Amino acid sequence: MNHMTEQELIAYRDGETRERERVAGHLNECEVCRHEMDRIEAVFAALDAMPVPDPGGDFARRVWQEISPRLPEKRASWWEAFFEPRRLVAVGAIAAIILLAFFLGRFTKKSAPGGEIADAGKVRERVLVVAVGDHLGRSEMVLMEFANAEPQKGEKLVNISAEQKRAEALLDENRLYRQTAQHDGDTLMASTLDELEPILLDIANSPDEITPSQFEAIQKRIAAKGILLKVRVVHQDLRQRRGNTAPAPAPSDVANAERNKT
Amino acid sequence: MKASIEGSGNETVSDAIAVERTLAGDRDAYRVLVDRYSLYLYRLAYRMTGNSHDAEEVVQEAFLRAYQKLKQFAGNSNFGTWVYRIAANYAIDRIRQRNVDEARHAAPRRPSEEGVEIDPVALVKDPTASPERLAGSAELAEKMKQALDALTPAERTAIVMRHWEGCAIEEIAAVLKSNTNATKNTVFRAVAKLRKALEPFSEFRNTARAMGTES
Repeated sequence: MNHMTEQELIAYRDGETRERERVAGHLNECEVCRHEMDRIEAVFAALDAMPVPDPGGDFARRVWQEISPRLPEKRASWWEAFFEPRRLVAVGAIAAIILLAFFLGRFTKKSAPGGEIADAGKVRERVLVVAVGDHLGRSEMVLMEFANAEPQKGEKLVNISAEQKRAEALLDENRLYRQTAQHDGDTLMASTLDELEPILLDIANSPDEITPSQFEAIQKRIAAKGILLKVRVVHQDLRQRRGNTAPAPAPSDVANAERNKT
Repeated sequence: MKASIEGSGNETVSDAIAVERTLAGDRDAYRVLVDRYSLYLYRLAYRMTGNSHDAEEVVQEAFLRAYQKLKQFAGNSNFGTWVYRIAANYAIDRIRQRNVDEARHAAPRRPSEEGVEIDPVALVKDPTASPERLAGSAELAEKMKQALDALTPAERTAIVMRHWEGCAIEEIAAVLKSNTNATKNTVFRAVAKLRKALEPFSEFRNTARAMGTES
């Protein structure tokens, strides 16, 4: 009996032979070739057993941190770039922060005794706390809508255009706040915003209508990163900080309040 | 190629939007793709290079090269498949470069691509180890690692892409810049060499099975 060559056996195992029946028939009858096949299988079993170390849950984030400074800007034409809706949203967000800072500054200045100018750093922190708190609140809503929604049975496409637009608007703000938090050394806030960003990007970059399986994939990504919980924790922390950084009432106001009591 | 890297139809649509936005000047849109494919590329790169440091380097370089060539990609195929091929190509270059560097600093320990065949058994340390000594799964994994390191870059690429990644012969041939018949032979040669390297440890099969297939 002619035995199979090693190459024939590997090709059979790999599904790369045109003579499957002939090889299978031979293997049924020939113990020597069966033994050979077992040895080849053992190589693949040993290969399968080779471990790949886990690079860590934040691997993609580390890759992005490494490469993003080295990515050259891909510039669109200036008028396209200027009128890009997302850019306009970002400009709007920045303008809103400047206005908020201006009014907050005025308010603090008025209530300070003797016309003392409020500490600029505190005003800035308060603006950031209020603005990021609001941003996280809205992000939480989008994430919760995704996490809790369940596409109806038989539904072929899920319309997420509303969530998509909200995510798109949140994205620019998120970048702005993340950079500010990084600059201020607020690591918890910076890392939470950094983890939130790919999720928002994912939603913003999805088509208007997605299939239930795609919807589920986004839900899984939200759940896998535990981002909803992290957003809640930071949001809660900001609420507390908001209370702590609220301007103290002026002594005259306190006196008036005391007078009114009696 | 396995579905995990090819991505579903929906992911392909989402990838295409991310590519389009990146090309329109939104650099951060590229992060979706980095987030989605980093781990897949890492697994491939680790299996090809055999160490985490090189694997991380391969992943970063693959994304940088893909970003630079994004216009050429222009939605012709699946982004995952495309960046995967870039990573495989870069990993081969890296292994070759590493071999050259090692050869400069020490006596050559791996056969050259087209050079004389060197018996991989001779390259595996302590080939006379008894089955008892190889009972530990870590030891068998180490022996397999040495046998993989003894393969040529083309053989290693072929076996990694074929066995672990489930790539079609045509895809492997494209990465190796070879034809399908030559690629099939490269796969056969790789399996034969691994088998020969592990042959002295006749009991390895049982140990391998006991180790399970988790990777």
